[in-house]
Amino acid sequence: MRISIENFTKSFGDTTVIEDMSLEIGDGEMLALLGPSGCGKSTTLFAICGIHRMNAGRLMFGDADVTEVSSQKRNVGVVFQNYALYPHMNVYENIAFPLKVRKESKAEVDRKVQEIAGLVHIGELLQRRPMQLSGGQQQRVALARALIRKPDILLLDEPLANLDAKLRLEMRSEIRRIQLATGITAVLVTHDQVEAMSMCDRIALMDKGQIVQLSTPKDMYESPSSDFVAGFLGNPPIAFLDGTVADGGFRLANSQVTLPVPSGIEVPGEGAPMRFGVRPEFFQPGNPLKVPGKVSFVETQGREELYDVTLENGAVLRSIQSQNAGFKLGQEVSWGIEQDRVLAFGPDGNRL
Amino acid sequence: MTSSNFRSWPLFLVLAVISMPLVIMYVYLFVDTVTDTTAGSLIPDRFTLHHWRFLWEEPETGRVSIWTVTLNTFIFATCTTLINVSASVTAGYALSRLNMPFKRFFLGGILTLHAFPTITLIISIFLILQMIGLYNTLIGVILVKAALELPLGIWIMKGFFDNVPWEIEMAGLQDGASRFTVWWKLVLPQVQPGVAALSVFVFLSAWSEFILPQVLAPSGSAQVLSTYLSNLIFDDMKPDFNMFKSVGVFYALPVIVIYLIFNKQLMNIYGGGTKG
Ligand SMILES: Nc1ncnc2c1ncn2[C@@H]1O[C@H](COP(=O)(O)OP(=O)(O)OP(=O)(O)O)[C@@H](O)[C@H]1O
Ligand SMILES: [Mg+2]
Repeated sequence: MRISIENFTKSFGDTTVIEDMSLEIGDGEMLALLGPSGCGKSTTLFAICGIHRMNAGRLMFGDADVTEVSSQKRNVGVVFQNYALYPHMNVYENIAFPLKVRKESKAEVDRKVQEIAGLVHIGELLQRRPMQLSGGQQQRVALARALIRKPDILLLDEPLANLDAKLRLEMRSEIRRIQLATGITAVLVTHDQVEAMSMCDRIALMDKGQIVQLSTPKDMYESPSSDFVAGFLGNPPIAFLDGTVADGGFRLANSQVTLPVPSGIEVPGEGAPMRFGVRPEFFQPGNPLKVPGKVSFVETQGREELYDVTLENGAVLRSIQSQNAGFKLGQEVSWGIEQDRVLAFGPDGNRL
Repeated sequence: MTSSNFRSWPLFLVLAVISMPLVIMYVYLFVDTVTDTTAGSLIPDRFTLHHWRFLWEEPETGRVSIWTVTLNTFIFATCTTLINVSASVTAGYALSRLNMPFKRFFLGGILTLHAFPTITLIISIFLILQMIGLYNTLIGVILVKAALELPLGIWIMKGFFDNVPWEIEMAGLQDGASRFTVWWKLVLPQVQPGVAALSVFVFLSAWSEFILPQVLAPSGSAQVLSTYLSNLIFDDMKPDFNMFKSVGVFYALPVIVIYLIFNKQLMNIYGGGTKG
């Protein structure tokens, strides 16, 4: 079901958390609400499911205006960050609760519970209490409970935050598999960019109650609209070089080095401040546009090695290279930037 | 383990000596109810059930049967518990969850009321009960006792409700349940240890209540065991102390039994938390 949020505003007392936000989520799409802590992701999610009332704006599910509809009637499944399983009920009763509330027949409830338990792979755990389950299993139960009454929309509030690294990887693909299998429209709240990029069709990146960019993961990674977006996406993160415009090129701050500006961008006036963003994969020994510096940090990540290179003006560039490149801490190197992959940002932080 | 126990035996000896008078008192309380002692002697020499005769003999004229009084006490304690717990559970939830005006004022007021000594209110309560015609009735004492225990009950239940994660309620609403169903089926079971503990606590407190029944329902058919006991000692021309002790034991038995059964829940009331 298509969700459209129009001019949504939410305030708690005097503080306005979200101001005039509009967002459209397509039918069957999985969208990530990504952003730093406190930017209003959960608030947006709770407005969609009806826990929070909107102070202004309109919320549409498909063609129906649900702004004033109570949460019970919205038919939205929610998975909370701490799962919110009912501790006094066993797994079966937990999953069956939404159906029991609707007074469905015992046989019907049983059939549906078995079916959904099969989908999320918890068939053999039905008699356990939530306390007797591992984090990943609780997660699956929460998903099953959210999905059992075939909601039009599935909302997930940081569903993976409480899991360990390995389980997180596993549940990432599990959730996506289940979302695709049911074809449900889903909204995933997360502050982990890897999660957002790997699980979702599109990402809405939020900052201070605003959506700063809305696009596909690949698009957002390759052409971020601002330095905030560029800095938020990518692991290891992008490195920024500060400088000014000089002779149509980019003069590094406190330095005589001038780099050419990537082709096809509109350079601001002479002397205007400018920022270059260089992703680690585009700062490599083999590239032609050399900048000299000194290796100031080495981190081995198993398959790859991560280097920080401090330039003569103190700025730091990051490089990620395959294992066994063998550079040492303190070594003088002269590696190159891939000129056309440099992201240039103007004085206001927006992409040029 | 055993060796450390060995070294602490002097401590045990000291404790045993100090608590000896208490133990002797309790032992004599029980022994005296089923024996007779020749005057001047300390050692009981005859077994008798004579002191328990109040259980089967017809009461003297003007006196009420012990069984009526016991039933009264039971009704008094049970109704007080029911009223008190239902009110505490709802009020505690409201104070814990609802965003109502003057919440802080209510919370402060409850604590103040809890600290308020009952005895200072007793004259006005007496007058009020007489005015509305509930003086010397069981209902009157029940209402007063339930109300006076309410601040504590509300405060305790609020603490238990505070520990229930609000996401559980939100999940319930999202699952399509009404506010009431959420409260009844999802929240109340979480605070069930609190409800159990509070129930036992209020029941015992009502069972042993003396001042309120004494002042507000002193005579006749509304008597409870505590007032019966005190009448026994004050009214009689020739006091039978052993019978007084027997009634005392009879009165204390349910309390002891309840303590034995529920002491785990009672511990919980001061822990104030729910687990699992
Ligand atoms: N009930 C509330 N009363 C007052 N302020 C609130 C309330 N709920 C949220 N806020 C404020 O609204 C802002 C956004 O909160 P929200 O929970 O949406 O953040 P978030 O993006 O989900 O962050 P996180 O990643 O930490 O969960 C925060 O500054 C928070 O302090
Ligand atoms: Mg949040």
